[in-house]
Amino acid sequence: MTTYRQRCGTTTYTFDGLVDLLAKASPERSGDQLAGCAAESDAERAAAQWALADVPLTAFLADAVVPYETDEVTRLILDSHDAAAFAPVAQLTVGGLRDWLLEAAVAPDAAEQLRAVSRGLTPEMAAAVSKLMRNQDLILVARAVQVTSAFRTTIGLPGRFSTRLQPNHPTDDPRGISASILDGLLFGCGDAVIGINPATDSPQAAADLIHLIDDVRLRHDIPAQSCVLTHVTTTIGLIEAGVPVDLVFQSIAGTEGANRSFGVDLSVLREAYDAARSLDRGTVGTNAMYFETGQGSALSAGAHLGTGGRPVDQQTLEARAYAVAREFEPLLVNTVVGFIGPEYLYDGKQIIRAGLEDHFCAKLLGLPMGCDVCYTNHAEADQDDMDTLLTLLGAAGCSFVMAIPGADDVMLGYQSTSFHDALYVRRVLGLRPAPEFEAWLARHGMVDAAGRVRPVDPAASPLRALAGPQ
Amino acid sequence: MSGDVAAQGADFWEPLRRTTQARIGLGRSGDSLPTRHLLEFRAAHAAARDAVHEPLDVAALQAQLDEPAHVVSSRASSRSEYLRRPDLGREPADLFSLPAPPPGSAAGPDLAIVLADGLSARALSDHGAAAYAALRAAMPGLTFAPPVIALQARVALGDHIGAALGARAVLVLIGERPGLSVADSIGVYLTHAPRPGRTDADRNCVSNVHPPHGMSYDAAARIVASLVAGARELGRSGVDLKDTSRDSALDSAPGGDGGELGQ
Repeated sequence: MTTYRQRCGTTTYTFDGLVDLLAKASPERSGDQLAGCAAESDAERAAAQWALADVPLTAFLADAVVPYETDEVTRLILDSHDAAAFAPVAQLTVGGLRDWLLEAAVAPDAAEQLRAVSRGLTPEMAAAVSKLMRNQDLILVARAVQVTSAFRTTIGLPGRFSTRLQPNHPTDDPRGISASILDGLLFGCGDAVIGINPATDSPQAAADLIHLIDDVRLRHDIPAQSCVLTHVTTTIGLIEAGVPVDLVFQSIAGTEGANRSFGVDLSVLREAYDAARSLDRGTVGTNAMYFETGQGSALSAGAHLGTGGRPVDQQTLEARAYAVAREFEPLLVNTVVGFIGPEYLYDGKQIIRAGLEDHFCAKLLGLPMGCDVCYTNHAEADQDDMDTLLTLLGAAGCSFVMAIPGADDVMLGYQSTSFHDALYVRRVLGLRPAPEFEAWLARHGMVDAAGRVRPVDPAASPLRALAGPQ
Repeated sequence: MSGDVAAQGADFWEPLRRTTQARIGLGRSGDSLPTRHLLEFRAAHAAARDAVHEPLDVAALQAQLDEPAHVVSSRASSRSEYLRRPDLGREPADLFSLPAPPPGSAAGPDLAIVLADGLSARALSDHGAAAYAALRAAMPGLTFAPPVIALQARVALGDHIGAALGARAVLVLIGERPGLSVADSIGVYLTHAPRPGRTDADRNCVSNVHPPHGMSYDAAARIVASLVAGARELGRSGVDLKDTSRDSALDSAPGGDGGELGQ
């Protein structure tokens, strides 16, 4: 194991291997402090960033952060590493990679350069370079990356910004859910997915909800996809039972142990991927998986230890989840950045930073990345912080965010972004819905020529059928 | 024109609001949230934040209980530390204030009840004493340790308290993480044979106790009494213990609704 040393002022700091160095170089966050791996002072953090900047990228191929022998995510990362794609940056250090990315991001062929290197970068390399980057670097490079995915709509095209319509209900009441779907559609939301977190794990309840969304979609000829966010094994069963499943959902994490705590491994995800693809229900694309991630999930599961039994910082582990995701060509991936609570991300500053890091790392690694811009009531955060993160992510080319009535999820008990927030960010940044969805909105007179959603009288809209008999 | 749309919209959404608590049909000021709804949201968030941060009025809670209560604090010395360090909230600062258990394992009480502030001291202030009384009344055949009020407490702090009292089982009544619409809900966690090192898989939880909107004290007490009896028969609580007193609304899996995952 390499020991890294860095002098900073009059003190020489020592870092015991890559795991320690990555953790100490991480911007401050409560989860790393809870895990006991954070820098103990700002000076130690600055020293770690200096030392990390000098680490050659090849070190990440030689020294696994989580042991290869005991972790299938590590084996996936190293076995699928593309040496040819890595070649343009193979001689660089972490600091050199930051400079290279910032140069590439302003080149005429930025998107091509960044796409070409994607499979040559490991999650640990992406996490490492992100620790050296300021927020504006994370935004600038992520914006230059172009990742598109498609099912019945196309996600991630330049100048587009999509939303997951999230009409959750504490008891899965179909009338209440339909009312929230109606409200969201009238605001032009739902072009990424109409996705429900069910209140129970019951397969029958999930099937009922999938049918509910599918009936709405077919009745109104909406180019959208449905998802009920239940466990992947439940969804596999629904597919076998002939339920009209569009997207297959699963929460994933960056270690084998954390994934096991979610009740999944790579082979189960492979089975789900094959089942989803077999349905072939997409019209403009075949991406059929939907993953959620979030910093802190591995620590929460007690599955955050890496090489030498040391705790790995939560942002590096989060980036490793993206290696799992990209194996299965998802339509959508999002970090649920502020959901986990203040013991992992304490306040608005930490949530904003983490949201930008997650978006950058995922985009760089080739994922259609969105973000659940959110917070809980015991975190030091409020809607002003969410406005900031939403605006920054819009500038960074984020693929999609959540759209929830009044930003208040009455089932999960947290606050995310609203229908109004989606109109806001599209307005200030000149962004439009996914093209297929915008064309549908236009056919119903719901958008103007610039793709902006008009105020609509619900009683005069054909969608009013969603409200049931009046 | 926009005023007309808003007026029609108000009528249109009214019946739909009876189907969901979601904030539907809010209308638009341009692309944005109308002032009234902005202020409603802020007020709800402020209530939830205050519920997290207001300290428990220990004297008032003691006065509501019919018998003297002991007071224990966790190792978390402030609210800020409590929120950052759930591990400290699971461990007692000290247990000197508790009475020593009677000699001999057979002599201990059947049940200890801990009233914990958790993430909402307001919830405990509003519902703690009444829920405590309902629980006592629902289990007339059992012997009880004196009640314990626990400050800056997570669920697992009850394992230390139950063990120190020599109790065969412990119930932790704890303030749940406040939501935007409900800031005063308590959960009740059962741990059979409590001792340090128990995990969430060893517990059963009844959550969302906050009459009149949530579960009533008596309904919660009936379910808990059934779980306590089941655990005494089975010899353990947790994932193997199923509630047979009702069909749903039980989080037999660990965690519950209290933001208490990973406790």
